Amino acid sequence: MSLVREPVHQGRLKTPFYPRVEKLDTVNQWHEWKGYSSPDALYCSEMEYFAIRNGTAVFDLSPMTKYRITGPDALDFLNRLVTRDMAKVKPGRVAYAVWCDDQGQVIDDGTIFHLREGEYRLCSQQRHFAWFQAAAIGFDVSIVHETEDIAALAVQGPTSFSVLNNMGIQGLDALRPFGLMHVDFQGAEMMVSRTGFTADLGYELWMDPVKALDLWDALFEAGKLHKIRAIGTEALELARIEAGYLAPYEEFLPADETIRTGRSRSPFELGLGWLVDFKKPNFNGRRALAEEKRNGSKWQLVKLDIDGNKAAHHSYIFAKEKGNKDEIGFVTSAAWSPVCKQNIAIGTVLAPHGKPGDTVWVEVYYQREMHWNRAMAKARIVDKPFWFPPRRGATPPGPY
Amino acid sequence: MTDSYDAIVVGAGHNGLVCAALLARAGKRVLVLEANEQVGGAAITREFADGYSVSACAHLLYQLQPEVRKDLKLSPRLASEDMTTIALCADARPIRLSAGSVEGVADKDAEQYRRFRKRMTRFSDLLRKFFNKPPPRLGTKDFKDLFTLGQLGLDMRMLGREEMQEFLRLIGMNIHDEVTERFENPLLRGAISLDAVLGTHLGPRSPNTILTYLYRLAGDHGRAAIPAGGMGSVSNELAHAARNAGVTIRTAMPVKRIVIDNGRATGVETVSGEQFDSLMVISNADPRTTVLNLIGAKYAETGFARRITHLRAKGNAAKLHLALDGLPAIKGLSKKDYAERIVIAPDENYVERAFNPAKYGESSPDPVIEITFPSFCDETLAPTGKHVMSAVVQYAPYALKGGWNEAAKAEFMQTIISTLSEYMPDIGQRITASELLTPADIESEFHISGGHWHHAELTLDQFLFVRPVNGAAQYRLPIDGVYLCGAGTHPGGGVSGAAGRNAARTILKREKAA
Repeated sequence: MSLVREPVHQGRLKTPFYPRVEKLDTVNQWHEWKGYSSPDALYCSEMEYFAIRNGTAVFDLSPMTKYRITGPDALDFLNRLVTRDMAKVKPGRVAYAVWCDDQGQVIDDGTIFHLREGEYRLCSQQRHFAWFQAAAIGFDVSIVHETEDIAALAVQGPTSFSVLNNMGIQGLDALRPFGLMHVDFQGAEMMVSRTGFTADLGYELWMDPVKALDLWDALFEAGKLHKIRAIGTEALELARIEAGYLAPYEEFLPADETIRTGRSRSPFELGLGWLVDFKKPNFNGRRALAEEKRNGSKWQLVKLDIDGNKAAHHSYIFAKEKGNKDEIGFVTSAAWSPVCKQNIAIGTVLAPHGKPGDTVWVEVYYQREMHWNRAMAKARIVDKPFWFPPRRGATPPGPY
Repeated sequence: MTDSYDAIVVGAGHNGLVCAALLARAGKRVLVLEANEQVGGAAITREFADGYSVSACAHLLYQLQPEVRKDLKLSPRLASEDMTTIALCADARPIRLSAGSVEGVADKDAEQYRRFRKRMTRFSDLLRKFFNKPPPRLGTKDFKDLFTLGQLGLDMRMLGREEMQEFLRLIGMNIHDEVTERFENPLLRGAISLDAVLGTHLGPRSPNTILTYLYRLAGDHGRAAIPAGGMGSVSNELAHAARNAGVTIRTAMPVKRIVIDNGRATGVETVSGEQFDSLMVISNADPRTTVLNLIGAKYAETGFARRITHLRAKGNAAKLHLALDGLPAIKGLSKKDYAERIVIAPDENYVERAFNPAKYGESSPDPVIEITFPSFCDETLAPTGKHVMSAVVQYAPYALKGGWNEAAKAEFMQTIISTLSEYMPDIGQRITASELLTPADIESEFHISGGHWHHAELTLDQFLFVRPVNGAAQYRLPIDGVYLCGAGTHPGGGVSGAAGRNAARTILKREKAA
């Protein structure tokens, strides 16, 4: 027996696309995402952002946590896990969903892909294997963590359809938002879904890591004339705020990680009441959510359109401009939106504040040559996502 | 065909009967469904060999609460009461322990024992007060709960500063440290250690075995009794009281499931396919059986189901019944001593060593044994001149490596007989029939998941506010209409009736408030 053991990999993991992404990288700015290296930016996050809105942006989402859920009770299990009715999500469709703890507080959100009859993939930012195992007690279901087994790319932007079409993917014109299909890529099966984190026309590609580099090369070859660009997380984050999507650790903390009471959020408090289906006889958090529905929620998620051009990072929100010492909430994500030409933010306020159309005041701090300035900026609570272009939903998509 | 009731109690264990009787007396239409032919659950008398009967599981009555006796006007006839504990020694004279004194030890130990019992009795009295109240919820604004909680604090403070500190110091401690600190006589140390661990998966060095000792005292100051006709007579008296109050009891009716519709109970379905409707289902079964088998984990919240799955409830005590053609000779004992409780636990390390293999799924090669001869004071249990021995034998882990097959049982039986022979040389020749119930047998015959007396280990993390688990400690499951009333709830096991009574009172109080 040899005393020399196989070296155990330590440090950050590299995604299947790493050799290509690294080649494009000019700023060497990386962060850790669930064990993997993921770029903040590759050359300039503003320019990368414009790839999302004006061309095609390619984002390596391989580190996204993925579980394969199969077995006779797969549907029943998912219906017990998440708040929405998964029976309505037919094969070939994708559903955005949240799952809650016993107290009806959101643990995480994610997307569930109904790959084939009774066969699902659940994707989320965080790992949830222990919770899923617990939720599976009493169900005949298999839950397999498959993050490493699937290489995934987000291909987002107005020209993304044209790029994928150029690549020779058939049938894309009929794929509706939140639809998925299986196609052949160089003899291997690839799953294409019309999903994304940008509220723009866009797709996500999922396949065996063995073909990852071939896929990257084919994609960039096909996108040559369509402004294809690899992007980092910063650009995506800006698009995410424009889309009004939630991010864990920004808009909510996973309920199983909060220590203080009242620091977690229910689906209602996150504006996701539409995802809670009380017609389902039992799902996690149902009792608590029914009670909240009866008694009212404490918090309300809001989207803010703020005067001025100073992004309201971490700002307190007040009901009145003056004479009101008590804040009613705070901003959780903020940005100047280049595409909307708006100073936008997502925040959380105490109910019953936060009705669409209400006016509130945001205390913006900004720095000028070391000195801090404070401004009370007027803000309107808006209902719709800041960015939601018609091209996002057009089927077939336009050939930009 | 369906039949409708105000409340259905699943299981006619003694707690189920107490609960049913109290609900019926409050005007409810109550149905009790029992899987076995006999009522009583683990508190029954049954024939194990031709002409020989015995209390099949629980065999000593310690804790039947005065409140329960009073509420249901019970007066069980006792064959033997205020029993002395005789701790045997293979090569010396035995010692005799009673509630306040011990004989056969040096004066110093005798004085220490008197003081020790006095203090333990004060502490157990404090606990007993809370055994007959539903445990308060923590973090609530409910006045009743806060009041009970405040009272617990106040009662503790009323012990006096020093005694309160002592109580808080001792409650999480192990019995081994306490007995070795106080006593010199090994038999005395062993006998007290045995009292602390009997019926649990704990050894004398395990944490909170002082709590389990106090639990034993919290009934009738640790005074044991044997009901005339065996433990079944107590259950029969309870069933009688329940029927008199209008309860319908149906035996040989195992429940298949508690029907949950839209997050609430609507009745039960029996194995035979009969449906009974009720918006209130009270389970006398253990928490695991109730949630995982009768309800189904999928109908409970995930976190709650997970806690129930993790409930520690693996029994470690076997029950031995011997039919004897005469009383065995026991070294150092006179004739009248056969009416007492006899223990084999020669010292505290013997008990711990007996526990050691059990941690790794093996039975004890030198087991700890609690022995009674119920037929000595009760002629109804055995043919004239013949006798019955009823013994609790530890340790026999539920999850025995390789399982409790016939060979494993025969081997353990051999071990027990050879241990007994050291103290009763002629026991081997006296045996005409025998029965050994391992925790696996107790599980299958009495429908207790894990075969644990207490349905859930009696440890601080499964005690009082968190018994059986957080979210179900007030007899109510987080599923509308489902309640627990068995040993798995506060305060715990033993034929006390406290859990059944507390459950009934909680249910009635809730109804009144609603």
